[in-house]
Formats: sequence, C-alpha cells, structure tokens
Amino acid sequence: MNHFPEAWGRPRDDVYGAYNPLYLQTTGPKAHTQSPAVTGTSVVAVKFNGGVAIAADNLASYGSLARFTDVKRLRKFGESAIVGFSGDVSDMQYIDRLLESIDIRENYSTNGNTLNAKNLHTYLSKVLYKRRSEFNPLWNHILVAGFDEDKKPFLSSADLLGTTFSAPHLATGFGAHLAIPILRRLFPEETPLESISKDEAVAALRECIKVLWYRDARSLDKYSLAVVTEAGIEIQEDQQVEAQSWAFAEAIKGYGAQVN
Amino acid sequence: MFRNNYDNDAVTFSPQGRIFQVEYAQEAVKQGSVVVGLVNKTHAVLVGLKRNAEELSSYQKKIIEVDSHMGIAIAGLASDARVLSNFMKQQSLSSRMTYGRPLPVDRIVSQIGDRAQTNTQQYGKRPYGVGLLVAGVDESGPHLFEFQPSGMTQEMLACAIGARSQMARTYLERNLDKLESSSRDELITHGLRALKETLSQDKELTVDNTSVGVVGVAGEAGRGKIESFKLYEGQLLVPLLEALEAAEAGETKEEETMEVDS
Amino acid sequence: MTTLSGQPLSEAIGYSFSNANSAPHREHSFYPYTDNGGSTLGITGSDFAILAGDTRSVAGYNINSRYVPKVFKIGGDDETGDGAHIVLSVVGFAADGQALKERLDAVVKMYKYQHGKPMSVRACAQRLSTILYQKRFFPYYVHAILAGLDEEGKGALYSYDPVGSYEREQCRAAGSAASLIMPFLDNQVNFKNQYIPGSGEGHALEPKKAEPLPRETVEQLVRDAFTSAVERHIEVGDGLQMMVITRSGVEEIYYPLKKD
Repeated sequence: MNHFPEAWGRPRDDVYGAYNPLYLQTTGPKAHTQSPAVTGTSVVAVKFNGGVAIAADNLASYGSLARFTDVKRLRKFGESAIVGFSGDVSDMQYIDRLLESIDIRENYSTNGNTLNAKNLHTYLSKVLYKRRSEFNPLWNHILVAGFDEDKKPFLSSADLLGTTFSAPHLATGFGAHLAIPILRRLFPEETPLESISKDEAVAALRECIKVLWYRDARSLDKYSLAVVTEAGIEIQEDQQVEAQSWAFAEAIKGYGAQVN
Repeated sequence: MFRNNYDNDAVTFSPQGRIFQVEYAQEAVKQGSVVVGLVNKTHAVLVGLKRNAEELSSYQKKIIEVDSHMGIAIAGLASDARVLSNFMKQQSLSSRMTYGRPLPVDRIVSQIGDRAQTNTQQYGKRPYGVGLLVAGVDESGPHLFEFQPSGMTQEMLACAIGARSQMARTYLERNLDKLESSSRDELITHGLRALKETLSQDKELTVDNTSVGVVGVAGEAGRGKIESFKLYEGQLLVPLLEALEAAEAGETKEEETMEVDS
Repeated sequence: MTTLSGQPLSEAIGYSFSNANSAPHREHSFYPYTDNGGSTLGITGSDFAILAGDTRSVAGYNINSRYVPKVFKIGGDDETGDGAHIVLSVVGFAADGQALKERLDAVVKMYKYQHGKPMSVRACAQRLSTILYQKRFFPYYVHAILAGLDEEGKGALYSYDPVGSYEREQCRAAGSAASLIMPFLDNQVNFKNQYIPGSGEGHALEPKKAEPLPRETVEQLVRDAFTSAVERHIEVGDGLQMMVITRSGVEEIYYPLKKD
C-alpha cells in the first residue's frame, strides 16, 4: 500500500509489465476496422456455356487458427445470382443482411425481383467504394456470378477499395496466384464460352480448390460449389477435396523420405 | 357568411366524406390543356396540346423526357409538374447509378403517388395541382400510368386528362380494340386523332401547338434494347401530322363508300 | 535497474492507467488507394480528337483482367453510349476513375435535362476541374483527359492532374507509360527537335513547324505509341481502345496488343 489512492488495486508495472493504454484511448481519431479479424480465403469462379460456376472452401480463420470449419461463403441472391466472399466474415454477414433486405424489398414490386447479377455487382461495388471513402472499409473481396440483362453469363469482382473488374475466370486472395494460371491454361481467354461445358468448368474448379488446399495454409479440404444456369442455382455446401496426391512431398527436403 | 367550412386545408374531411382541397386540385388538372397517352404491345405514346398564354408568348411545355426509357405528359400547374419531374429524374439517375438499371416504371409511379398522398394528410401542405401521364418501357414492356393530385395512380391502356379530355377518351374507348394490334406509327396517329377530337371548331393541330413523345421496345433497327424516348416538336411533327391527315382522308373515303353501299 | 516502463525504480510509481490519455496515436493502416496501371493518350486534329487507352488492369504483378476500359463516352445512352459527344479517359486508381466518370456523366445528363441543349466541351472541362478540386484533400487518384470538339468544330483536348489543375493541349499521354509515350508525341506531333534540312547552320537552323495532322496519321501514331509502350512497360498491354470524336459522333475502335 502506498499514498497514491488512485493506484490502489492496480497491477504494478514492474510485476505485470506496463498495460498498453492504446485500447482505452478515448481521444484521437475514431478507429475503424484497421485489419480483418476472422477471414475466409480464396473464392474461384469460371464462366461456361450457359452459366457460371463458383467455389470457396468452408473455413473461417482467426489469424493462423482454423477457427470455424463450417462457414458458407457462397451466398444466394434471388434465383439467379451468387455472391462469393473472401476476407472478413463479420463484414460478409453484414453484406448478406443488406442483400436480404434488398431481395425482400424487390419482391414487393409487381414484377418481382428484377435485379440481375450485374445490377447486384454494381450495387455491391458502390457499397464497398462508399465505405472505403469513409475510411471504414468492408474488408472483403467478392465475386458475383449470374447473368446480365441479355441473359449472358456474368462474372465480376469487387474489392474493399471499390475496384471492379470482370473476366472469364476470376479468383480472389491466394487463388489469384494459384488458381488463375490453372484456369487460364485450361480455358485461354480467347476461347469462346460456347466451347466450355458445365462439367469441364466444375472439374476445373475442383482442381483449383485442391491445389489451394495443397499450398494455401489458410485453406480447408471441405468446400462449397455453386453453379448458376438458366434453370437456377445448384449449390452444394459439403464437398470434400478428393484424390489428393502427396507424391510431390517426396521430393521436398525435410517433408517426406528425404530427411537431410 | 362562409359557404364551405371544410375546404380551408387539405387534411380535413367534410361530413360527406370529401376532401375539398384535393377536389379543387383535380379541377386544376381539368383546366390544363389536354394530354393523351396510349400503349400497344411495343410502344407507349404521349400526345399533348400546347397552349400559349397570349399570342406573343411561347407555348407551355407539355411533354418532358425524364430518362431515356421514360417521359411524362402534364395537365395542370406546370411548375408543380416540374417539381415532380425533377424528382423523377433524380430517382431514375440514382437507380442507374447504384444498380446500373433503368428504374421500373411502376416503381417511380408509386413513388410520386406516395409523395402526392402525404400532401393530403399532413397539415400545412398543398396537393400537387397537376395530373400526369407517365409513359415508359421496362423489362416487362411498355407501360402507361395515370397520376392524379390525390395520389391515385393506375395503369392504363389509353388515357386522356385535361380540358375537354372526355372527347379524347370517347375516341380511345371506341378504338380500343384497334390500339393493341396497331403499329408504332398507327399508334401515334390514333393519339393525334384522339387529341384532335378535343379541339374546338376553330382550332387545328399545328407544328406549334402539338407535342408528341414516343418510347418503345426496340425493333430490329435499334441498337439498344429500347427505342429511347423521343420528343417530336416543331418541324419534326410534319410527317406525323401528314400521316394523320392521310389516315383521316382514308377514313372519310371509307365511310362514303360504305354509305353508297347501303 | 529500470522498470519495464523504462523509468528508474526509485522514481517510478509504476502503475498502469496512470497515463492512459497520453497514448501514442495509432497509425491508420488502411490505405484507400491502389494503382491499377495502364496508360492513356489523346491527340487532336483540325476536325477530330482521338482518345485511347490500353485495357489491362493490374494489381501489383497480377493481371486482374485483360479488358477493363479506361476510355468512356460521357453523356450518352447508358447501354449504347449513343448521343455522346464528349469522351473521358481516366488512369490511375480505377475505382476513383469509375466514380469520377459516373459523376461527370450525371452532370452532363442533368445539364442537358435542365438546359435542353448538350453541354459544350469547354463547360464540361471546367466542371471536371471543379469536381476534382472539390476533393482536394482526399483526391480522386487519377490522371484524366477529356476530349471532344470545340465551338468551331476543332478537336479539343484537356488534361488534368488529380486535384483539378487543367490545360488545353494538342496531345497528352498519361498513366504508367506516360514518360515513355510523351517524348515520342513531342517529336511526332509537335515536331520537337525536328528541323528543316538545309535551312541554316547552328541557331539559324529552322525548326519544323507543327500543324494539325490528318486522322490516319494520328491513328497510326497512337497504335505505334502503344505497341512500343507494351514492349517496355509491364503494366501496359492486352488491348488498345480508341475513341475517335468527329462531327458525326464517336467511333470506337479496338485493336489487340501483346498479352505477355
């Protein structure tokens, strides 16, 4: 006990170390999200004749901890659009609530929900851009799959800065490095969409997810796969990476048979 | 002293269940010059009769393009109409901005309907003194809506509002079965004929006092998916008025031959 | 001996929370910009103006997409661009570029709605400057070039810095390969360092006078500028999009570039 009543009951710095007062700060600039917390890794997607296929694993990581292993990162919108999320999971859930309310509002109109995937992508990119401009970003990189107003397959991306782009195949996060080269080799950009079948597209995505599972430390072998066609959305949320080959590990020092 | 105690504001019912201010606003619509609107399977057409306050003044605008897929025709207070059309323009621009989608016609019509209704239920407000015909195309095809100061809106196949509009409505009712299957140009001619019915004996449709607006789903010629709203005024009207004359000449000839037959 | 808080033991009260309000300011780790690379270029003639840009979009060493246009028609129909007589190119941060383009497009459309006549290029140029300057302290991170025909029907080209400083010019290159293209333009459009052979010795040597070039020459210059830039800059490539503004409207030309 000493003669400083305000210090009574406080942990002593020389015993416990100084408390980092950063977290108690009441002055200074308002702190928005500076970094994501619970995150999802890559989303991969590819267009094919008559639709779009999209896949993402079911993992939500907390840093390097595989925290939640049954998280659905592909979300349906209406009857013909899918949004794939990577990045912060709480922000994903917020955006999902936004989409839900829009879908409900749209369905009140006499003609039903007429927002297609392209309209949805425009909207989401505006939301992301607005939030980045407020220095309060939604920490996501999303892919939107579905159809445009001409009923042609549509696939486009938007990130936390509001940057948008579209291509016959897209991938977020680690997938941009690992999956895109595979997809570009399988389906070169100049090949007409008509020559890519649904089965080929789905097989390619499964292959990409497998490669990501091999090399992305924040990935999982359980994944979701959705296919959007004129007929509607088929979504499978309990897929398993199969027929893995760890033969490559043999050649790696300290990994397989080679110890030294 | 007072003849009517129940028309001092727009929020009080009379014992007969009427809101006089709203009815007076509807009178303002009836005093505006006539506008006609009609649709077929592919197009929506607006036709209006422009008035000038005096010989030396210009003609009051009757048809306003709101967006490339939509336009309005006005009867009543033009200044109130401008407020509404500015609102509609803002809404359709913002729909294009946030969703990249042209605003569906029924959506914007119910929005202005809601606005007009609040004016009849909040103290100190005044109803809009204008009626509108809203013509546009969206994913479900061409549409025509009628809007009244009371906030009433409804979809129409053909409609006319404004001074002496009963004559035009009679024409439209008589020819309703011909409208749906008519071509784009025939639809315009029907609109002009309906408009002509409302004219008093000494008046005629001229390039100065007529105004036509057309919007539709695109034919083979169009590049986009819609035929954008086009306003015909001045010299652009010449072919349309000629088509009207030709149609009427044909009609009278037909009637004459029929009379001969019988 | 010192405590963990760095003060000598004899003087330290040594309790946490004593200086909670003097915590260091935390740095904003969210950076709201990115560079999407690419280059744009504009040249005017006596009765036309050409604005061109490559169509690659990059993020670091990744190619986002091979077709993301940087050149836009302003004030035309949303789907077809019909009726536009002004063209804008933006290069830098693509999301800002997109936002800027949409704002200017809305301004030009509102101008036509309110005044019943199309906005002149001069007025549009001035307005674009104010739009950029309004965001002086959180700028649109883009180099914009605006092109059209002036009141006399001559080609008009205005180039901007990110905060709205602008100037009318004969030609301008912007973006990542601007430093490669601009000197080429100085030499080939404004005939810098070109002299009339045999006109004199030393200072008496007469410089070749610049005059407006015909359309075919300018189109070829633009193509040459980009095929050269592709060779020397990794962020430029994939496709060349050219907008030619003449009295009869805006013509769009696409020309493939190397995809490596």
